[in-house]
Amino acid sequence: MATEVRSEITLAPVSAGRRRKDRLMRGLLGAATLLALVPLALILYYLLKQGLGTISGNLFSTDPNLSQCFPHVPGAPPPPPCDIGGIRSAVLGTLEIVGLASLVAIPAGIGVALYLTEYGKASPFANLVRYFVDVMTGVPSIVFGLFIYIVLVVSHVGGDAVGWKGALSLALLMLPIVVRSAEVVLSLVPASLREAALALGAPRWRVIARVVLPTARSGLITGSLLAIARGAGETAPLLFTIGAAHVLTGNLGQPMNSLPSQIFADLGQNTSNFYDRAWGAALTLVAMILILNLVARFAARRSRLA
Amino acid sequence: MEVSATTLGGGRSSLERSPLSRLPDWFLQFGLAGLAAAVLILLGAFFVVLIAQSSSALSHVGVLSFLFHNNWDISQLSQGGACQVGSHCTFGAWPMLLGTLLTAGIALVIGVPVAVGTALFLTELCPRRARGPLSILVDLLAAVPSVVYGLWGFLVLAPKLRGFQQFLADKLSFLPFWEGTVAGPSYFLAGLILAIMILPIVSAISREVIATVPAEHKEAALGLGATRWEMIRMAVIPYARPGIAGGAMLGLGRAVGETIAVAYVIGGSTTLGHSIFQQGQSLAGVIALQFGEAESTPLYKSSLLASGLILFVLTLVVNLIARRYVVSAGRTGPRRGAGRTGGGAALPGISELEPRAT
Repeated sequence: MATEVRSEITLAPVSAGRRRKDRLMRGLLGAATLLALVPLALILYYLLKQGLGTISGNLFSTDPNLSQCFPHVPGAPPPPPCDIGGIRSAVLGTLEIVGLASLVAIPAGIGVALYLTEYGKASPFANLVRYFVDVMTGVPSIVFGLFIYIVLVVSHVGGDAVGWKGALSLALLMLPIVVRSAEVVLSLVPASLREAALALGAPRWRVIARVVLPTARSGLITGSLLAIARGAGETAPLLFTIGAAHVLTGNLGQPMNSLPSQIFADLGQNTSNFYDRAWGAALTLVAMILILNLVARFAARRSRLA
Repeated sequence: MEVSATTLGGGRSSLERSPLSRLPDWFLQFGLAGLAAAVLILLGAFFVVLIAQSSSALSHVGVLSFLFHNNWDISQLSQGGACQVGSHCTFGAWPMLLGTLLTAGIALVIGVPVAVGTALFLTELCPRRARGPLSILVDLLAAVPSVVYGLWGFLVLAPKLRGFQQFLADKLSFLPFWEGTVAGPSYFLAGLILAIMILPIVSAISREVIATVPAEHKEAALGLGATRWEMIRMAVIPYARPGIAGGAMLGLGRAVGETIAVAYVIGGSTTLGHSIFQQGQSLAGVIALQFGEAESTPLYKSSLLASGLILFVLTLVVNLIARRYVVSAGRTGPRRGAGRTGGGAALPGISELEPRAT
């Protein structure tokens, strides 16, 4: 890129008006960048300011407890602050639900991407799949929730709204993210590597398992981590699918709690101690997601490809 | 590309594999193809299932009436109300449809200029050393979960910006839909939050498109004596315009589908406000907030599912248009062959930002 132009030819001097306009517009573009960073700074500031105070052993060692504080009679004087408990079941629920969603979405997503790069290539069917994976990335996450609700919750397969159904709706949301990022990485694996292995007589599945996947490994990990981070923060697909229980349960076959659902529910209560807990839960959630993001970026930097 | 027999005249060559040892290959190929086909089947099932479940509401009042009738009376729809499967009554999702379009429109008006400005600054003006860290910071906005945007918007932004909104409402009251007293949560506030949420995707796609502007074009402009800004205006923006438009459309799709953040900062009123500073509701928001009480009333539930169907169709249309724009700008996505040339500048970065719609 040319940053300076040095030449022997004398150009007409840039008029003061043009120079002023140049400086003004450069300033405006810089200001837009600063403006874009303001919300991030503000959100992090408020998360730390409001959330750090609520982080305590109690927050992570107790479950949300609603029974002590209700019923709250409208119009009556506000009740004395009562112990509303922590977010233990929400943290456990998020870990389990996102874990199961990843177990479903990541292998399936990498499988579809493998089909697209290794077998389908530019065939009409592969292009059709690519097109609809793209379409799927644009589907609002609440629609995934509605789909799982209609198909699995209404039909009462293995209970009403339970943990694994929420995990499946998250998996639907993560699937296109995994496919897209995995396809990019897999298509970067040099064709010469595949051809070398094939020429040595290796069957296709061995080429995929021993050459393609190991070469693309760190890129696949990066894409998967980013998909997990996206899934962990989603609330809408879980609203009608996990049952929003408050008790601690490790059983995905029962109604569960999750961090985003907990924040959503706490915001609906009009009391400051619920808001405090929501800030604490939000700080926990954002910390988890930021760590996943940073690890993913670190893995991307060490990638052998790209 | 299978290693084939070297003998031409039939018969088995010593290089040919036995049929049994080809079995894993067959399994893998058809297993993976089946997986890919499952994606298509899933999306088809989405459509069928949603249409089937929302048909009772849509046939009750008619599709057009459901879309454009300005009446969403919860007391009629909910349990014990007058509006049930047997009886006849009219209702429509117009307040929410308009709320969705209005907030998404506000988001574009505020968000796109800032996002494109950021992209231009980061690609053309920013010192090389600051470029990476600044891009990562802008991208991090996409990592904040939407429920956290909702929390922040509801508890911090709504009270803090009340005065600012009132100021705007008073000073610019000559504009249509712009007057009146300000409620804390409002269409405007929802649009503002959405503007922040679509900023990273629009900026990332713009950045990628701007990076594909040929250096020759820029050098030619500079060589003719253009200032930096004139170079951007005459060489960079015209070349990148279709791609930027596509990025803005993807942002629009994101804004239309956003649920949780909007549900809390738009106010939750299902009667249509007459100014952008009043409370309203969006399609996604009404599903999130009212689904719980609607579960036991078939017609009510069906009309919420119909809202979901409208939302689905709306985002499909917006995304398909967006994709056409972005593809025509040379960003063909992760396609073999095209990936490394032209638009391949930051593909992995994009795919991580792309799917955001809550």
